[in-house]
Amino acid sequence: MQDRILLAHGSGGKLARELVEKSFLRVLANPLLARLDDSAVFDLSGKIAFTTDSHVVSPIFFPGGDIGRLAVCGTVNDLAMSGARPLYLSLALIIEEGLTMSELDRVMASIQKAAEEAGVKIITGDTKVVGRGSADGLFINTTGIGVVPEGVDISGSNARPGDKIVLSGNIGDHSIAVLSKREGLSFATDLKSDCAPLGNLVAEMLAASLSIRCLRDPTRGGLASTLNEIAGQSGVGIRIEEEKIPVREEVLGACEMLGLDPLHLANEGKLVAVVPAQDAEAVLKAMRVNCYGKEAAIVGEVSAEHPGRVVMKTGLGTSRIVDMLVGEPLPRIC
Amino acid sequence: MRFITEFRSSELSAGLLSQIRLRSRTPARLMEFCGGHTVAIFKHGIRQVLPATLEMVSGPGCPVCVTANADIDKAIALSQVPGVIITTFGDMLKVPGSRLSLQEAKAGGADVRMVYSTMDAIKIANENADKAIVFLGIGFEATAPTIAASIIQAKERGIDNYYVLSLNKLCPPAIRAILDSGEVRLNGLICPGHVSTVIGSHPWGAIAREYHIPCVISGFEPVDILQCVSMLVAQIEKGEARVEIAYRRGVRPEGNPEAIKLMEMVFEPAPARWRGMGELPASGLKLRREYQQFDAELAFDIIAEPACEPEGCICGDILRGTKVPQDCPLFASTCTPEHPVGPCMVSSEGSCSAHYLYGGSLAG
Repeated sequence: MQDRILLAHGSGGKLARELVEKSFLRVLANPLLARLDDSAVFDLSGKIAFTTDSHVVSPIFFPGGDIGRLAVCGTVNDLAMSGARPLYLSLALIIEEGLTMSELDRVMASIQKAAEEAGVKIITGDTKVVGRGSADGLFINTTGIGVVPEGVDISGSNARPGDKIVLSGNIGDHSIAVLSKREGLSFATDLKSDCAPLGNLVAEMLAASLSIRCLRDPTRGGLASTLNEIAGQSGVGIRIEEEKIPVREEVLGACEMLGLDPLHLANEGKLVAVVPAQDAEAVLKAMRVNCYGKEAAIVGEVSAEHPGRVVMKTGLGTSRIVDMLVGEPLPRIC
Repeated sequence: MRFITEFRSSELSAGLLSQIRLRSRTPARLMEFCGGHTVAIFKHGIRQVLPATLEMVSGPGCPVCVTANADIDKAIALSQVPGVIITTFGDMLKVPGSRLSLQEAKAGGADVRMVYSTMDAIKIANENADKAIVFLGIGFEATAPTIAASIIQAKERGIDNYYVLSLNKLCPPAIRAILDSGEVRLNGLICPGHVSTVIGSHPWGAIAREYHIPCVISGFEPVDILQCVSMLVAQIEKGEARVEIAYRRGVRPEGNPEAIKLMEMVFEPAPARWRGMGELPASGLKLRREYQQFDAELAFDIIAEPACEPEGCICGDILRGTKVPQDCPLFASTCTPEHPVGPCMVSSEGSCSAHYLYGGSLAG
């Protein structure tokens, strides 16, 4: 077998077949995928959650993860944020000619590992190969299907005054870990991406309270954008407290150096929950038992004042508005 | 990395604040020169907690904001020259010139690349021997030494396709211009932290003596800024006027002699255009004769159409401290971070962006 991906691997011919069998079927082994029909056919019942996400991270391998783990976790987490139990994923790869087979194998192994941890199966897929320069190594799209349990009603529009805002852990690790490896910007840090599937955490939270109102994973745009979305959708105000938001000292340091705000940094294994006040402690307790919720904290609450706005109480006891991220966060000049 | 949480401590801040409240009797207006301070002051809500005796005004210390439109137009005109690659720090990309921003020039096909260090620009020059690489030299004394270092390295390595468009500016002359004009009555200066790591405290000492105004160099965390304000208040109440350093972990009185040496080796002071303040003598840096081969001004015939300012925009007055963003009819209506009209709304260190992002009304 060639040690690099060639255009011919996407041709539908023999090389393509070989790639599917050796690199995909063997790793992802499951009966639904192995049938190799044009579509996967299966039974489902109940309320269905359905979502899709494309992943174009650069570099494709970063401390604490890679594009494969990210592609599984991204979609699994979007399903979980609707309260759904994630079940099946599709996997579509757009590969730039010249990607090494060993890189592809590493990504596939990582996809399988993440899928196993998340309890999902990859049951359909597609591969395209594009010429050098037409993609950046590897792009991955995943689409996911899950089932929403009876009695669960989770939406960004459900927040009510008095509810508590619960955050599952430290923010900003993913952004800073990826930035630290970016060409031209490399800096030494032990930080790892927090990239993780959150389906089990959500299931355990729902077991503690079926009344959870909203769940969101603060990915691109960070916690600031997520809270602003919820405030806007629900027509409520949100107050958070700076000192209660868990951020690692290394992340704060990198933010100071680069001129970024931790509230705007992307996370890939964190969630924000809006929970009725009387259930907040129970949900928090359930979260802290899960390995992805150990640092969980109540960071604020929903208010009837300043609808649509997020306000933060600073360490000085003053208040400031927390706005959504505008454009790309660009490191500053001086 | 350390030195952050302890400088955000609410107990230390509360202690400093009560000191300030206790001591401040004389109404006083303090100017923070640096855009980094403006952002920190807004982000931590420092204006809200200071006693009514103290008024804070923002100065011209955002390097992107003070760049004149004519100079941005020049950079954009250079980006249109065939075979030229423009390299720049990220903040410059979004700033609108008279007609275009670099970001728009890039979308239109110009080769504009964001770099994080001048050494990346040198690397690009080395890898693209058939192209001319122009680095946009924007920034104050904190940035100029790294640009000087890149020019020295290009000379040593015989890299002859690297050029710098030097729009670098010096802080003390701008502060002097503001004090000379007398447009804004000031009783104390919060002097820039990063710039002073390079130039030290002596240039501010001279200003303190000549203008009889207290000058204190500050860091960027709430405890730093409150410490600085507390030291300024102490001087004001005693009628003193001298330079002090409230940022000892970063600034020594003599500054960074190595960095100053590099800067002086490559650059010499020259007149520079400042948005809102016009041309100020000896407030910019141009390449010395020995390094002229790297000067983009001399290497290219730059033809830019006459510059024009956006109608209604009062960035110039805001930079001089004579107006505040809320005085501008465009602020938060036609001019927002998503659709900026003037540079003070674009730059992450601009006054308008700090007011918009952190100081907005809670009315929704």
